[in-house]
Amino acid sequence: MVNNSIQENILELLSGISDPEIPVVSIIEMGMVRGVEFQENRPVVVITPTYSGCPAMHQIQDDIAAVLKSNGIDAEVKTRLSPPWTTDWMTEETKQKLKKYGIAPPIGFSKDLKMDLFSVIQKVNCPFCDSGETELKSEFGSTACKSYYHCNSCHQSFEYFKCH
Amino acid sequence: MSNSELLFEYLLRNGDDRVVLGQRMAEWCGKGPIIEEDLALANISLDLIGQSVLFLKYASEVEGKGRDEDALAYFRDERKYKNLLLVEQPNTDFAFTIARQFFYDCYEYYFYTELANSSDETLSAIATKSIKETIYHLRHSSEWMLRLGDGTDLSNAKLQDAVDYLWCYTAEIFEMTELDNALLADGIAVDLNKIKPLWDAKVSEILEKAKIKMPDENTYMIKGGRKGVHTEYLGHLLSEMQILTRSYPGAKW
Ligand SMILES: [Zn+2]
Repeated sequence: MVNNSIQENILELLSGISDPEIPVVSIIEMGMVRGVEFQENRPVVVITPTYSGCPAMHQIQDDIAAVLKSNGIDAEVKTRLSPPWTTDWMTEETKQKLKKYGIAPPIGFSKDLKMDLFSVIQKVNCPFCDSGETELKSEFGSTACKSYYHCNSCHQSFEYFKCH
Repeated sequence: MSNSELLFEYLLRNGDDRVVLGQRMAEWCGKGPIIEEDLALANISLDLIGQSVLFLKYASEVEGKGRDEDALAYFRDERKYKNLLLVEQPNTDFAFTIARQFFYDCYEYYFYTELANSSDETLSAIATKSIKETIYHLRHSSEWMLRLGDGTDLSNAKLQDAVDYLWCYTAEIFEMTELDNALLADGIAVDLNKIKPLWDAKVSEILEKAKIKMPDENTYMIKGGRKGVHTEYLGHLLSEMQILTRSYPGAKW
């Protein structure tokens, strides 16, 4: 019972930590926090890295440690690789937040993706004007998790958060 | 060697392949032919370095001597590096970079497919996670193979040169050493003999589509990376990569 309330308290605190690169969503909404476990009654926050090359992971670990410490919680932060992070863990609500922020959210589910070696180019609607007249410029955007598109209707460039 | 020493060595090989290639790709940062490509090469570099961290961190745990992944990357000399000779070859030009990346991505894709079934849970987890990234890399390099090979006379000639030059470093990728065989017996390592035909088939398919001729089958194959015997290029790469940490040990910013 005590553990349950500690767990809730920690998750509540973590929901206040935003993704350093996408400040409108929290690390919980991004699916990076896998849960709070207990080892001999000491809480262990389990997180999973998004992309291996994601430079934000260090920042996130530091943020978690800092928030817990400033709230007087003694906990360990552990990284777990399996199961690998997927955008399937994002809720519809999170996807809408991304869109409002100007990032086209992941389309479909990773588990249904065909692992084709040649890209079947994903059709993505512009997050600003909803036009389908968009063009993929590069599979790699400002970070590995996003690809880079251009909208031919409103002439705005935007990023698409890849289904992963 | 004990089992944990064998595993440590296997993890170094894999960590080193990725940190060296990641460093090479990082050399393109700010110098890409177009901004989209600059971003792509930097992203691939970051993925590779991130994957190398996974292997080297695990190596550090297995070794248990308190050398962390940074110590392994920054404080080992050339002869202690166990990467493939292919990945240390210089960028030279864009065609060269793409050919090297394509040969490597293609190998890494089949390697991870097999490693995902490893009896070692951590290796299997690393493979399952990383293969999703490798697919992006392989798509990127194969598409460029086609674009350059089937592009202009000049781009075709440059790519053909690169493929011919790099070919002598491709046999090493699939060499089953004693270490591979010992770890394979425990279901830990990948059977490279099993993935070689898949690599051969994919490479010849893409070369043909790209209108690039298969390199001479009598090419003399150069090996040595897994034993720490490198080409002249690795030392220069490491000196650039390691100088800051070695000049200012423990530096933080
Ligand atoms: Zn638009």
